[in-house]
Amino acid sequence: MIEHSIPATQAVVTLDVALPGIVWGWIITMNMWAKSIGTGVLFVGFYLLKKYHSDEKIQAIKMPLVMISIIFIHIFLLFTVLDLHQMFRFWHIFFYPHWTSAITVGAWIVTILVGVLFIMAGAKYFNRDSIYDSFFPLAVILAIPVTLYTAGIMAESTARELWQMPTEMVQMTLSATLVGSATLLLIGNNSFSDEAKRDLAIVMGLSAFVAFLLYMGEYIFGSMKAEEVGAVLQAVKEGGAYSSMFWVGQTLAYLVPAFLVFLSVTNKSYGTMPLASVSALAGLWLVKHVWLIIPQLLPMS
Amino acid sequence: MKLGFLVDLNLCMGCKGCEVACKVENEVPISSWRLRVKYVDVGVFPDTKRTFTPLRCNHCEDAPCERICPVSALHYLDNGIVNIDKDRCIGCAGCIMACPYGAIYMDPETNTADKCTYCAHRVSSGLMPSCVVACPVEANIFGDTEDVTSGISQYIMSHNIKVRKPEKGTFPKHYYVGGGEINLNPLASVRKEGHQLFNNITHLKFIGGHH
Ligand code: SF4
Ligand code: SF4
Repeated sequence: MIEHSIPATQAVVTLDVALPGIVWGWIITMNMWAKSIGTGVLFVGFYLLKKYHSDEKIQAIKMPLVMISIIFIHIFLLFTVLDLHQMFRFWHIFFYPHWTSAITVGAWIVTILVGVLFIMAGAKYFNRDSIYDSFFPLAVILAIPVTLYTAGIMAESTARELWQMPTEMVQMTLSATLVGSATLLLIGNNSFSDEAKRDLAIVMGLSAFVAFLLYMGEYIFGSMKAEEVGAVLQAVKEGGAYSSMFWVGQTLAYLVPAFLVFLSVTNKSYGTMPLASVSALAGLWLVKHVWLIIPQLLPMS
Repeated sequence: MKLGFLVDLNLCMGCKGCEVACKVENEVPISSWRLRVKYVDVGVFPDTKRTFTPLRCNHCEDAPCERICPVSALHYLDNGIVNIDKDRCIGCAGCIMACPYGAIYMDPETNTADKCTYCAHRVSSGLMPSCVVACPVEANIFGDTEDVTSGISQYIMSHNIKVRKPEKGTFPKHYYVGGGEINLNPLASVRKEGHQLFNNITHLKFIGGHH
């Protein structure tokens, strides 16, 4: 039970419509997860390519990087459209845009980003690196609102108090840097220098650590500020499926990678980074899923 | 003109006449409601009472559903009604996530969002919303809240009124007389498994097999 009735009244709801159930389910989790990878590789990849501009092995990731971004942004778009109850009306967003909606703003910017990514892929394919390089900063700039607009949608979801701005904005950014660095650690595992791996590991470890702190802050202090947040967090605190999923997610996404990164950086040995990366990628899905679902368990009427 | 609604809960007897009238007028599909009367039982036997609270869209002045709708399917009419254009809706369910009152449902027959429109189609031809007409005790009062001589304005001036979740900053245009914590705050009453009068609600499957 997540309600807080007044004992003296013994108030029991004896007739109300059933809750609509989970309206945004695993399809939206897929959407957020894939988007984090698609934009995260751009953020972290940009840093890597700039810092190691004369390292051939790092420069060799230009094509894989843009392809990974294109693939995951398209997975994100596919699941976005799949979740629409009227998916063949998706074009309405372009012909009847309503600019107060974060959904609209995000859809437009991600469309431009996809165009830029295709230009970069084409430039690389025809060995026109100068075009690739000149479009990369634009892609990174566009990837920022693409990463953040889901936080905007959550902020506009007035009914779900758990999703607060600017916390969600920071969480979305950290999700992107976490899985962006994890993905690049996986693709560069056999070729990157230890120095590059160390950089990526530090980005991943710090992202994991700070994201974990934010979730714990909400877990411990959230209910002290808002009745609804407290009621929602009961779903995690009382045990049950979402409680297990929450803690497994936190462990895989944040604790395991942060711990392995700490060990790797102190020992200067990066053999466990593939494991840490897979853990971060799998864990983030669970973390996002629980956070998406639990506010939807709250009765609104 | 800013149309508003007021329910005098001291008069409401929970007959659900308004709910049925709404279903018929708006062809609301099975398992969906634009307006429903919530029952909350209070007290310990034999000292118990049942409270009745009709719940519908509040036609908020600062409506989160209108703000989040990416295609303006949810939009304001000049008279303050928050209306919905089902042909425009893409079914993203953003509005369902945004409305703090659970007033919006996904229509399983059209796969689009829907909700109470204060019977905008009837209002535009000078008729009262069908729930107002159906109420046998005239507990539903509907009218222009900007006209101080209207019935609803007079009622507001002479009674103590409340709105649902004022802390959300939505400025509901739906008022209650006789409302309290128990019936207006969903967290102030318990929902016990199997303790509802209707336990087995049949849900229609969405057309096209959408989850
Ligand atoms: S009650 Fe809900 S559906 Fe109605 S106007 Fe307010 S936010 Fe929109
Ligand atoms: S479901 Fe329809 S009405 Fe609701 S926000 Fe999406 S497009 Fe607008």
